[in-house]
Amino acid sequence: MIDMKKMTVSSSPQIHSADSTAKIMWTVVLSLLPAGIWGVFAFGMTALIVILVSITAAVASEALLGLIDKKMTIGDGSAVLTGLLVGYNMPPDLPLFIPALASIFAIVVVKWSFGGLGANWMNPALAGRVFVFFSWTGSMTKWLLPSMNGADAVTGPTPLGSLKSAYFATSLNVSGPIEFLQSEGLPVTYKDLFLGNIPGSIGEISALLLLLGAVFLLFRKIITWHVPVSYIGSFALLIWIFGGLRMGTGLFSGDVLFHTLSGGLMLGALFMATDMATTPLTEKGNIIFGLGCGFLTFLIRIYGSLPEAVSLSIIVMNIFVPVIDRYTKIKGFGKSTVKEANGE
Amino acid sequence: MSKFKTFPKGGIHPPDNISSTGDTAIRNASLPTKAVIPMSQHIGAPAKCIVNVGDTIEEEQIIGESAGYVSVPVHSSIPGKVVEIKDIYLSHGKTSQAVVIELGGEFKRMGKTQQAKSWSSLNDDEIIKKISSMGIAGQGGATFPTHVKLILPEGKDCDYLLINAAECEPYLTSDQNLILEKSEEIIEGLKILKKLLTPKKIIFAIENNKMASAKAMSDAVAESDLDVDVEILKVKYPQGAEKNIIKSCTGREVPSGKLPLEIGMVVLNVETVFSIYEALVFDKPLVERIVTISGGAVKSPKTLRVKIGTTYRQLLEECDGLTEEPVKVISGGPMMGFGIFDLDTPVTKGTSGILFLTKKEVKAAQQTSCIACGRCIKACPMGLNPSEMNKLTLNFLFEEAQDMGLLDCMDCGSCAFVCPAHIPLVQSFRMGKNQLRAIMMEKKGANR
Ligand code: SF4
Ligand code: SF4
Repeated sequence: MIDMKKMTVSSSPQIHSADSTAKIMWTVVLSLLPAGIWGVFAFGMTALIVILVSITAAVASEALLGLIDKKMTIGDGSAVLTGLLVGYNMPPDLPLFIPALASIFAIVVVKWSFGGLGANWMNPALAGRVFVFFSWTGSMTKWLLPSMNGADAVTGPTPLGSLKSAYFATSLNVSGPIEFLQSEGLPVTYKDLFLGNIPGSIGEISALLLLLGAVFLLFRKIITWHVPVSYIGSFALLIWIFGGLRMGTGLFSGDVLFHTLSGGLMLGALFMATDMATTPLTEKGNIIFGLGCGFLTFLIRIYGSLPEAVSLSIIVMNIFVPVIDRYTKIKGFGKSTVKEANGE
Repeated sequence: MSKFKTFPKGGIHPPDNISSTGDTAIRNASLPTKAVIPMSQHIGAPAKCIVNVGDTIEEEQIIGESAGYVSVPVHSSIPGKVVEIKDIYLSHGKTSQAVVIELGGEFKRMGKTQQAKSWSSLNDDEIIKKISSMGIAGQGGATFPTHVKLILPEGKDCDYLLINAAECEPYLTSDQNLILEKSEEIIEGLKILKKLLTPKKIIFAIENNKMASAKAMSDAVAESDLDVDVEILKVKYPQGAEKNIIKSCTGREVPSGKLPLEIGMVVLNVETVFSIYEALVFDKPLVERIVTISGGAVKSPKTLRVKIGTTYRQLLEECDGLTEEPVKVISGGPMMGFGIFDLDTPVTKGTSGILFLTKKEVKAAQQTSCIACGRCIKACPMGLNPSEMNKLTLNFLFEEAQDMGLLDCMDCGSCAFVCPAHIPLVQSFRMGKNQLRAIMMEKKGANR
């Protein structure tokens, strides 16, 4: 009635929570889908092709490396996720070898050469993006206008990109970014920014759908609030205080809403800066990490000349993770009492 | 916020699965026709076998003598004849000598009315001697000889006597069932312990998913003249771990590497208190215990009073067998228990439960490399970094792992339970601790 030879005899614990690596990865993929579908809807088939090429290149790289290592790891979903994120960080219309190279760089150089899943210290998708950005800057900054308004693939600058030109004007007479863009003939509303009716990278434009995805992940306990809140919060605070300076409107006049909804902030803060492998281990560490990201993003966006604020900030903070981890260690149980007892 | 106390750091919430046996009455398992009684049923030196094949044995006769200070005798749970003495595997995978007794002859206690004796005239030494000679060892799972815990070293006082009825392992309900039926006897046991230890305070700690038992205990306390704090704790695993339950109830932290007595605490499992009661009042040795037989694959889960030496196979039959094929048979709870590979393994003093778990309950999955999610750190009730410790032990850097607190790990399994990469963390820590102890012994030897 019971075949004891078939029983699993293993070390305790004998039961396990329902989560697994693969489940986590596929759930993140799922949570990102709405934002991507919106991107394809906004920019057309070229966007879909860019995403598919990114995923294919990432999975193929992982499979090839798996053959060499004799360890097939495609099933865990992490390569698909990396490819998807590379695709989301690409402009919708560019030569296809660029996303392919970005994915290959992400998997081969960043992920595998540092020891594979979980051992890489830099976010692979972001590293891939930054790599191709500096190599093919022209293609990486050519944006399509969303086709919702009936127009065919027309190119145009992103709201954030055109705002940068304002910083170098000698005199401005506007109340903030929205009015400036209006005066430049590129009108955009907060609603456009929130829903994603703006040019930008494929997966970053819809703040609404990204937020929904993140809420889903919070609910599934795959991400915690610490990084998103400290990142977006510190960034918003700095923008509010100092963001108006470059527009000539003085302190405490920054347009918080415009800045949090534009660029790659939402995608970055919700999905890239929450990557488990490349962020600190403890809650306190994650808050410090988020604050650092917020500060750097503010600095680069308002005072830097590069449009890569979010990617660069997260990558720079990735480098600091080991240091943060070292200084945010949890105090072991029964350790403090020993010290106090000795201190007497 | 909840009014129930708990420990602050770490801990997890596995499904408790206690409903199938939680409110049922304890029933007597039928007698084993052959009892297999191991000599090694407690931590410390195994008892020394003093019977031979062919001997006729009385019920409760000593068949194994205590073999040292940290050791207790072993009694026969049934009358009969020794038919075999052999080495067997125990549930934790180690071997032990065992005496096989075939049932026969007359019971001198079972089925007869018992005469309660007064223990109040006994002095402390006599009480301790009785507890040790009746073979009592902790029945919560660790099976440390109880008398050793009760002898306070010179200059140490017992501030708190803490009775651990948290029973935080999922599925297990033996303690919970026992409290429902024997709360007055437990109070009597506490009186004995109070005389012995003269604690400033007695705390009875139980989790808030066993409110009926908590109430039974509170009522019994109210009716008695004994002062006991019934402390209801939040359900959280491992609430019943000694260091954690002390923290939850008193806020005190047992220093790393030290015993509870260091901070004036004596912690005993509730069933052990009941056994102390039976030993002192009825001269009854530890020859039976309460065992929960449960798990999704068992047809009728039950809590049974079982004679030591009864095989798992017989108990499974007593629960009407299986409804489906299990993937694991566990001795003890699912978090710290052992998978067994032989149904003829006997129940010992430390067997709190026998579980037949289905695939759905076990939730095994493909192991991947660590994804650095930090969940294990959040789950560890000892404030350790399991992920890092695991990497060190796997690279044989045992002393570096100890710098991170490896020896503070109590194998509770919280880390491995939550690890999405399904890394066998506890297995690696067990191995690491064994290696580390060997290294430390060697160093000690070299210094001499
Ligand atoms: S098994 Fe050890 S390391 Fe893991 S959670 Fe328990 S005490 Fe912490
Ligand atoms: S829970 Fe598992 S995967 Fe996550 S950090 Fe710990 S060891 Fe790594």
